[in-house]
Amino acid sequence: MLSESSSFLKGVMLGSIFCALITMLGHIRIGHGNRTHQHEHHHLQAPNKEDILKISEAERMELSKSFRVYCIILVKPKDVSLWAAVKETWTKHCDKAEFFSSENVKVFESINVDTNEMWLMMRKAYKYAFDKYKDQYNWFFLARPTTFAVIENLKYFLLKKDPSQPFYLGHTIKSGDLEYVSVDGGIVLSIESMKRLNHLLSVPEKCPEQGGMIWKISEDKQLAVCLKYAGVFAENAEDADRKDVFNTKSVGLFIKEAMSNHPNQVVEGCCSDMAVTFNGLTPNQMHVMMYGVYRLRAFGHIFNDALVFLPPNGSEND
Amino acid sequence: MASKSWLNFLTFLCGSAIGFFLCSQLFSILLGEQVDTQPNMLHNDPHARHLDDNEPSHLKGQVNFNADSSQHKDENTDIAEKLYQRVKILCWVMTSPQNLEKKAKHVKATWAQRCNKVLFMSSEENQDFPTVGLKTKEGREQLYWKTIKAFQYVHDHYLEDADWFMKADDDTYVILDNLRWLLSKYNPEQPIYFGRRFKPYVKQGYMSGGAGYVLSKEALRRFVDAFKTEKCTHSSSIEDLALGRCMEIINVEAGDSRDTTGKETFHPFVPEHHLIKGYLPKTFWYWNYNYYPPVEGPGCCSDIAVSFHYVDSTTMYELEYLVYHLRPYGYLYRYQPALPEDILKEINQANKNEDSKVKLGNP
Repeated sequence: MLSESSSFLKGVMLGSIFCALITMLGHIRIGHGNRTHQHEHHHLQAPNKEDILKISEAERMELSKSFRVYCIILVKPKDVSLWAAVKETWTKHCDKAEFFSSENVKVFESINVDTNEMWLMMRKAYKYAFDKYKDQYNWFFLARPTTFAVIENLKYFLLKKDPSQPFYLGHTIKSGDLEYVSVDGGIVLSIESMKRLNHLLSVPEKCPEQGGMIWKISEDKQLAVCLKYAGVFAENAEDADRKDVFNTKSVGLFIKEAMSNHPNQVVEGCCSDMAVTFNGLTPNQMHVMMYGVYRLRAFGHIFNDALVFLPPNGSEND
Repeated sequence: MASKSWLNFLTFLCGSAIGFFLCSQLFSILLGEQVDTQPNMLHNDPHARHLDDNEPSHLKGQVNFNADSSQHKDENTDIAEKLYQRVKILCWVMTSPQNLEKKAKHVKATWAQRCNKVLFMSSEENQDFPTVGLKTKEGREQLYWKTIKAFQYVHDHYLEDADWFMKADDDTYVILDNLRWLLSKYNPEQPIYFGRRFKPYVKQGYMSGGAGYVLSKEALRRFVDAFKTEKCTHSSSIEDLALGRCMEIINVEAGDSRDTTGKETFHPFVPEHHLIKGYLPKTFWYWNYNYYPPVEGPGCCSDIAVSFHYVDSTTMYELEYLVYHLRPYGYLYRYQPALPEDILKEINQANKNEDSKVKLGNP
């Protein structure tokens, strides 16, 4: 009897030790796996519904105000009609939005970067924004005037993401070894990424003004190369259903594709409910999106959101 | 002796198995590991809210308000569901055999499901779609005939199944939830009808055909009766005008469908044509037709718009996405339309312990 119970106990102990060892090893392996996983595919997801339900009313207000998004829109004189549309629509929802233009344009307020080259424009804009606003904003969003953005959905996406971490997100594209965020879908940088970027902008070996010897490399790729040196990697932003929230196409284009690819589930298969950006819009379409997003809705459908965003002052189209 | 060591060995094995099991359970609790589910929206849609063509019964009863559930987990549709039960709307869509695949199909795939009952009216019957056959010819000249016959059919077969009877075209997009809000303040026994009110030709005005119009039960009764007693006749082929004239003769009131800020809810064109200043030239007939002062720009259109017209197939789905899917998280809309009194009471009773401010915060 005694020998049996002792062997039983020995068995239990051995079983537990064995299990503990396996769990530890498995965890370490998963840890390594995650890191290499991150080098291949970076997929960032929107926050969980459960996390949201635990927040109180006062906390909601505080939390909402803690996101300070500075918007950079790179424009050229030929973009005037889009520029006007963007100025009158979604940029009003940024905490601050500034237009960086290749040259001064009458009637349109902008910061003149004095260059026509997109990568140089981008560098100058990021440097200006960081130098002037590093203490006032914690997230920096860069877009072209062909893009429509829903800043409230951007802030929701950033819920639970610490800006003191190096985030670089949007719609990513893989080009050989390089994974970069497409400028067409909009580029989001945390303050930490901005810090690292701005440090590197003055290091020509890492972050040259003239990338690519033989042919020009697009500005969004150049940015990715630069950020990589600082240990900042591109991550694709997705919702809970793995749909992209930053889009390089317009809603109309998505719908047309859906109508031919999956005609029985056009809207379901189209786009995220929490989409942040769409691209390739005409000025008229910007105004329609403004109405469609910030005003038009179905009565009687209510949402219990963790954040509260008030409409901007002195605006009538939202 | 051998059997004893066998027994020892067996108990040892048992012990280690139990030890391993207990320990793994402990670890999984401690580490809070979650099973990673990776739904692929395109392949896994068990909550298909789009009808298969051989399920017409789905059209009749309940609407699944949260059909594509994963996108709408935090959505509260209590009010919309209450209104669905209280304000019963039968929709009939004017279509034709050549438009079933081109247009009516997209209506069926989007807003039509939200009617309490929907019928597709065509010159010919089609059992597969399905459509009701009105036994007329097709073409603009036939529009008023089709309308009269369609309303007669609805009256003869479905009068008691609804409170309100909406006519729309196969290129009209209708937001049923907003129509229910509008109609909730009225009694279906009142002789009244709503739509986009035009002023010429008829003293009390008449409703634009394309933007859609909705008759109360009493209005429908009077309309059908008027043809039996010849108070009204097929006086013209201009459907909306002729109907408007008849309504005036039979004392059905032309209602004011604007929202509480005076913005129009029924629209004869797509949003772009109304929202963009200067899109419709000043010489266009529209500016002289509108009963109320017409507005272009953001003031053109209510937040709780009911309809748009000349909506092509792509725009049908785009509107569906913008109204029922894409939204700005946490945004406190400027316009907060009030709930009808009695429904408000009912909901507050039911949710005494919940934060009712949260419920009404973002309608």
